[in-house]
Amino acid sequence: MTGSGLLQRHLSFLEALRGAGLPVSLAEDLDAVAALGAVGWHDRETVRETYAATLVKRLGHRPTFDTLFDLWFPRMIGGGVAEQGRAAADETSSEPTSRDNAAALADLRERLSAALTSGDEQALAALAAEALGRFGAMPGRGPGLSSWSAYTALQRVSPADLVGRVAQGLVDGGLDGEAAERRAGGRVGDFTRRVEDDARRRIAEEKGAEHVADVAVRPSLDRLDLTTARRADLDELRREIYPLARRLASRLTQEQHARRRGPLDVRRTVRASMSTGGVPLVTHHKPRRPHRTELVVLCDVSGSVASFARFTLMLVFALREQFTNVRAFTFVDTVHEVTHHFTPGGDLADTMTALAADTDKAATWGRTHYGRALSRFASEHGDAVTSRSSLLVLGDARSNHGDLALDVVRDLAGTARHAHWLNPERRRHWDTGDSAASAYGAIVPMVECRNLAQLTEFVHDLAR
Amino acid sequence: MPDPTPTQAPTTTWFASPDDAVARLGEVGYLADTATGTVGFLAGALEKPLLVEGPAGVGKTELAKAVARAAGADLVRLQCYEGLDEARALYEWNYKKQLLRIQSSKDDQAWSETHDDIFTEEFLLTRPLLTAIRREEPTVLLIDEVDKTDVEVEGLLLEVLSDFAVTIPELGTVAATRRPFVVLTSNASRELSEAVKRRCLYLHLDYPDAEREREIVLSQVPELEEKVAGQLVAAVGRLRELELKKAPSIAESVDWARTLVALEIGDLDDAAIDRTLGVVLKHSSDTDRAVRELRLRA
Repeated sequence: MTGSGLLQRHLSFLEALRGAGLPVSLAEDLDAVAALGAVGWHDRETVRETYAATLVKRLGHRPTFDTLFDLWFPRMIGGGVAEQGRAAADETSSEPTSRDNAAALADLRERLSAALTSGDEQALAALAAEALGRFGAMPGRGPGLSSWSAYTALQRVSPADLVGRVAQGLVDGGLDGEAAERRAGGRVGDFTRRVEDDARRRIAEEKGAEHVADVAVRPSLDRLDLTTARRADLDELRREIYPLARRLASRLTQEQHARRRGPLDVRRTVRASMSTGGVPLVTHHKPRRPHRTELVVLCDVSGSVASFARFTLMLVFALREQFTNVRAFTFVDTVHEVTHHFTPGGDLADTMTALAADTDKAATWGRTHYGRALSRFASEHGDAVTSRSSLLVLGDARSNHGDLALDVVRDLAGTARHAHWLNPERRRHWDTGDSAASAYGAIVPMVECRNLAQLTEFVHDLAR
Repeated sequence: MPDPTPTQAPTTTWFASPDDAVARLGEVGYLADTATGTVGFLAGALEKPLLVEGPAGVGKTELAKAVARAAGADLVRLQCYEGLDEARALYEWNYKKQLLRIQSSKDDQAWSETHDDIFTEEFLLTRPLLTAIRREEPTVLLIDEVDKTDVEVEGLLLEVLSDFAVTIPELGTVAATRRPFVVLTSNASRELSEAVKRRCLYLHLDYPDAEREREIVLSQVPELEEKVAGQLVAAVGRLRELELKKAPSIAESVDWARTLVALEIGDLDDAAIDRTLGVVLKHSSDTDRAVRELRLRA
């Protein structure tokens, strides 16, 4: 492994994994090397699975791993063998076909449509490489400045326009219309992803894998910034919600059980000691009374924190079994109760749709005004906050320089058993511009909550 | 790299190569994909425990059983649950028998002799972990649903998983003569500790693709018609795309197939799906959603 540069590649690959937040220990590093010795390097997919089995111990890390693996151990170099073969054939005809022209485009689209219809994985991979090589090249001003653009390639080839044709082909193959449409869409999506992967591969080839890893690899799901999450990411996150809620719930019950022994029950201990002649051999304890917390959530749903709010409301929805009573309010410049959407046993997707439709009721003028919203909350729903409830405020504390109503917040925080403020902004952005983070933070403990990992930690502490 | 294969004790070679693993698992009725085959081969070749995670009902436990069948090994199973402790996982002294031994000993026998006597093999009750380690024959040790145990049991597992040895204070350390093939399964209801994960190879089993699922269903329920199997797998695939509380697993697909055979349904149309949906969906809100999204009731 030493002489061939393989060791160097292996080490820099591990370095990149660690850089992307995967906890890869030295022991696992050695395991990977031993495992690769056992399986050999002849098959790329085997190597991938071997690395995955020894280094990646968490499902959420797998996409990051796969992206990095593709960069460090690319499927092929340059245009691959296929292109070289074609180039050799072209010499005889003296007409270079790897030029971007209308005929080539039509030809590629023709073959792509056929491959999408038949679902031929190999052909699709080759076509993705070809599409990028032909239509995605961005000639630079000098050597080393040229680059590759998946965007340009996809614009030219526009596989999305092929969905209809592919679906028709699938219908002819015996599928019913709806299923064909869905499958065609899925395959075109796959193809798009392949082209993007290939662009990363080509760029990595020229600029070095480390360079691409720094700029193009998305962080793993639990470290993804909730405020900048894309729609696809949110869907991914949504899938994480139930496992997360279940994990939190079981962790909580386990911890409650671990501390199950309450104070000494003198009565039962003395009675039990009768059988051993008055010597208390076994002590009996009172069962611990689990305190059930009520949760009151105040959620800023203005545009700046919308995706964060959506996500947290999803979590509140999933967690409501943990709390005997959940009341949820949304606000922008006025406050609106949304508790009735959280029906037990209800459907998550429906609830989120209903909540989204309800958002505009939280705004009268449409500009965030914390002071007005919080005052309205205290006057209209003040009874929601009692000495048994935990108050949770979600928002970036950016109030457009309006009145902050600090006294109202102080009252609310004083009444509630606990009060917390989750701020989806980076701590270093607090107090910049119109942010009143430290003014509120002085009254209600404010926590930075930008990603799933931080949120998990917080919810765990909250329900304890 | 000096030596690719780790020190080989007189152990079984479980599988010769990843492809061999897939083939032999296939022979005993477990249709494995390449990832499963590769990791199964590695677990045997490196003698490292294999941690299998994934949603309920995708064949995690079945994998361990299939490895045992394919290699002609015996399966020792430790079912984990909350409150599992050392006495039920590792070993226990047979108190009653020890007490009898003490009572029946003559008065002139010195205490130290008796003491040496009652802490011997004869009075030891071995539990799954110790049993698996002491066995001479090839063994597959299945530690099922590790995530259900308390964190303390994980500590107990560490010694077993890394050294394949169990320390009994009165007897000394019992080391494995032949390392078992260890499979741990988890539903990920709790994160396992880093220490356990570090010692294991990791495999995430997920719902299979349509083609493989069809093969699995057909191999489990051979009476099912091919056409219905195709329809069934397509329907299950669509159900999994919906946001359900509990997506149907392979086990449920197979149950559904059995139901269809029992009801003699030869064509899985919308009406038939609607009538038998209860087999695959276990929440009423899920059923409502499926009926709505798949437009089962026109």
